[in-house]
Amino acid sequence: MTDIASRIEAANREAHRRMLGADPVLVDVMLARDAIPNLPPRTVLHAGPPISWERMCGPMRSAVAGALVFEGWASDLAEAETVAASGGVRFEPNHHYDGVGPMTGITTPGVAVLVVENRAFGNRAFCTVNEGMGNVMRFGGNDQEVRDRLAWIAGVFGPAVGAALRRRGGVPLKGLIARGLTMGDEMHMRNAACTGLILRELAADLAEVAPADLGRMLRFISGNDMFFLNIAMAMAKAVAAPAHGIPYATVVTTMARNGTDFGIRLSSTGDAWFTGPAQMARGLLFAGFTEADGNPDIGDSCITETVGLGGCAMAASPAVVGFVGAGALSDAIGYTRSMSEITVGPNPEWTMPTMAMAGVPTAIDVRKVLSTGILPVINTAITNRQPGRGQIGAGIVNPPLECFQQALMRFAEVHGAL
Amino acid sequence: MEVDKLLNTEVRVINVGLRAFAQDLESRKSPVVHVDWSPPPASSVKFGSLLDRLGV
Repeated sequence: MTDIASRIEAANREAHRRMLGADPVLVDVMLARDAIPNLPPRTVLHAGPPISWERMCGPMRSAVAGALVFEGWASDLAEAETVAASGGVRFEPNHHYDGVGPMTGITTPGVAVLVVENRAFGNRAFCTVNEGMGNVMRFGGNDQEVRDRLAWIAGVFGPAVGAALRRRGGVPLKGLIARGLTMGDEMHMRNAACTGLILRELAADLAEVAPADLGRMLRFISGNDMFFLNIAMAMAKAVAAPAHGIPYATVVTTMARNGTDFGIRLSSTGDAWFTGPAQMARGLLFAGFTEADGNPDIGDSCITETVGLGGCAMAASPAVVGFVGAGALSDAIGYTRSMSEITVGPNPEWTMPTMAMAGVPTAIDVRKVLSTGILPVINTAITNRQPGRGQIGAGIVNPPLECFQQALMRFAEVHGAL
Repeated sequence: MEVDKLLNTEVRVINVGLRAFAQDLESRKSPVVHVDWSPPPASSVKFGSLLDRLGV
């Protein structure tokens, strides 16, 4: 083995060790302006790699407009588009601020964010609260109904859940997710089990800290099987972050899409993004929709795959295989096995009953992606390209190969391997 | 003849590559083991020497 190959092996083992050694705990719900350090004024955080207003897809532009009205930076949606187009706000990826957000991923100072602390490494990560289905900002919704719901989450729900979490010292997530995997969740497109588990964890404390609003809050959680997705995303970001910045590591520490571009980042190549065109997911569409209604792949939610969940753990979730149109359980097991070929190793604490309790394949190695030609498999929702119309289906999608080709070339330049 | 012997014994197949061939045999209840294999991808050819140096 060459000297550089030995260094890579050691660095990748360290990245894998850090992911497995994480201790993510849901500790609080706060306003983004209070939770996210160094968030510049008039900043709109979005999903995926960096993008200008001009290149944003329809749902993302629409969500931005709604966010500007919500923040009071524009008096109506028309003015908001003018402000956004004229440089009146700053756009940055959530990932630049230890954050993630599903679909459009729009995060502004006045929205509530979930706070997950990785107690093994001392870092924190953030994600907006899941708003439910249909006309919501993550799908590009921006009307009064959407903004009123965001205000209720920021002003009522978030503070109550935050108080409940602080009262009990947080909810440890590693064991909860291990249970969820054995109950059929893969934590990207199926979160029914973990939503139930987190509701059970929070209910008594919520009843004591906010009895007046309890009914609406419990219905808000229990009426949305995807409530836990955003917690899983903040958790995954908190797990992935310590694995970033390890010299010689060829492990992918970020995968994200903004509806126009797919971007990845590598542990050892700093803040550089490697991008290619966002793909169309292949899957099942709800009745009445065609592929032409779908938006290209969007959202930070593939941070779950980055730490071994989602498509990597598809074998754990027989229910999701049919939902995303991926075939039978045997096909799901095949997807998970193929992810074993491009990852550093299993996570023995997150196991899958359908695979004799094998651990989920964790830490994608860009070298293995290029040597095998196997791309990461991502389970995903498909959003309507018409803003605010919600989800039109679910499927699986791969990152474009060129992201990994660019990343390997940059790695080779940085580490003198060309 | 050897050919007659072959045709008159149970066929047991190891199928390498395209899964559809194995599925055809399975549908006829013929024993088959499928090996999931594909030719080296274009990316591994393009980056072959670099990937060799980097240990894969």
